[in-house]
Amino acid sequence: MLDDFMMRATLAGVGVALAAAPLGCFVVWRRMAYFGDATAHAAILGVALSLALSISVFAGAMVIALLMALTVNLLTGRGYAMDTLLGVLAHSALAFGLVAVSFLSGIRIDLMAYLFGDILAVSRMDLAVIWGGAALVVALIGWRWSALLTATLNEDLAYASGIDPKREQLVLTLALAITVAVAIKVVGVLLIAAMLIIPAAAARPLSRTPESMALVAAGIGSLSALVGLRAAYIFDTPAGPSIVCVAAVIFAALSILGSIRSSS
Amino acid sequence: MSLVCVDDLSVSYGAKTALSHVSLTVEPGEIVTIVGPNGSGKTSLLRAIIGAIKPARGRVSRGPDVRLGYVPQRLHIDPTLPMTVSRFLRLPGGIAPASIAGALAQAGVPDLSGAQMSRLSGGQFQRVLLARALIGKPHLLLLDEATQGLDQPGSAAFYRQIETVRRDTGCAVLMISHELHVVMSASDRVICLNGHVCCEGTPEVVASAPEYRALFGSGTMGALALYRHDHDRAHDHDHHHDHTEVAE
Repeated sequence: MLDDFMMRATLAGVGVALAAAPLGCFVVWRRMAYFGDATAHAAILGVALSLALSISVFAGAMVIALLMALTVNLLTGRGYAMDTLLGVLAHSALAFGLVAVSFLSGIRIDLMAYLFGDILAVSRMDLAVIWGGAALVVALIGWRWSALLTATLNEDLAYASGIDPKREQLVLTLALAITVAVAIKVVGVLLIAAMLIIPAAAARPLSRTPESMALVAAGIGSLSALVGLRAAYIFDTPAGPSIVCVAAVIFAALSILGSIRSSS
Repeated sequence: MSLVCVDDLSVSYGAKTALSHVSLTVEPGEIVTIVGPNGSGKTSLLRAIIGAIKPARGRVSRGPDVRLGYVPQRLHIDPTLPMTVSRFLRLPGGIAPASIAGALAQAGVPDLSGAQMSRLSGGQFQRVLLARALIGKPHLLLLDEATQGLDQPGSAAFYRQIETVRRDTGCAVLMISHELHVVMSASDRVICLNGHVCCEGTPEVVASAPEYRALFGSGTMGALALYRHDHDRAHDHDHHHDHTEVAE
């Protein structure tokens, strides 16, 4: 069944959606949307470096994404507002990445594939890496779930419960870097943040607890991947952006439903 | 055996010193209140005790297996984070449903477990925070201006709840408050802080100390007396009545 490229693409999309859902909830709750974007943009530099050094694109993207996230953590609270800092780092990383790619003579790489994903070209090996990475992210967040939630609510509350919020922040950073690395092939660096934020935000009106929000987000993300891929196939549209479009439509529909319900 | 022992603690933020050479202990079952002007290091002291800031010098030690319950000054829950009261109380996890009901009852809000945190009134919210602090059956309850945003009857009721909790569970309480008149009378011991410990002792001793009067003026004595009066009538305490008459 894995011989069919559509089947592999679908599985890849669902894998990314499942990892992105719980992590995306934290990104939304902690207002890290732009942080996710910055980390993802930095990954293009990782792609360029790994092609130059002929190492795995997953590994290169993950290392650079992790370095980016750690740099942001390190620099916060040192004089610049968070959004300024992220703006500087995200766009510089993207620009340096694009410039670095242009230095790669010999190999003609399809930049679009990394910017917007190339989900229809997912190989069995890619699929294994995506599901391995997704499982790792879900396991990591599941393991730290309560501590992460407490640290998200209030740092002092976490300290009083014997939880170190800085360590939990690192857990999220690591999970983010892994997710970025596995999602490049599926939606590309420019749209990874969309897969994190949109399903989680769409799940909000339907949820009463943090856990239900993560589960609903996983459902919405998976549904977006399924429907988006099918639509891309039928209408011959780019697959990654089609998935994000479906997620955005679901978000809009649920937001409207939610506001109607809360006003009635 | 003291629950918490703060020994020669100094805390600084960059070049700014928030606390210098602060020493204090909290014994089982006592209510200790920290008063002091804004920026006097009250919150820093509490945060150092829960381990949220590293002391520049000195040390904070807890007795073996001492459990802390902490009520933060302000807790903002992002509207994107759905959270029922009962889920909030189960953080960081592993609490039986029965103890949720018990803690809510102890905090004076027994019927809220299914409510969304974002829908609570200010007073309900503070009591849910108190319930969460109580759920781990703490030996020491730490409150950082827990009645901020409550009106005067609301905060008086809140502090009465604290006294009830202390009576029922025997836990010690270390709290910060601005509401001198309410707090002074509800405390066994008052510590007046202004970067260092200015003076400490029973409410009467602190209220008449020159260091305290330099910070707060003598007007609060009147308020204290006023409150004492009501308080004594209600609870029929046996301590002596040497307070000054209401000055204002």
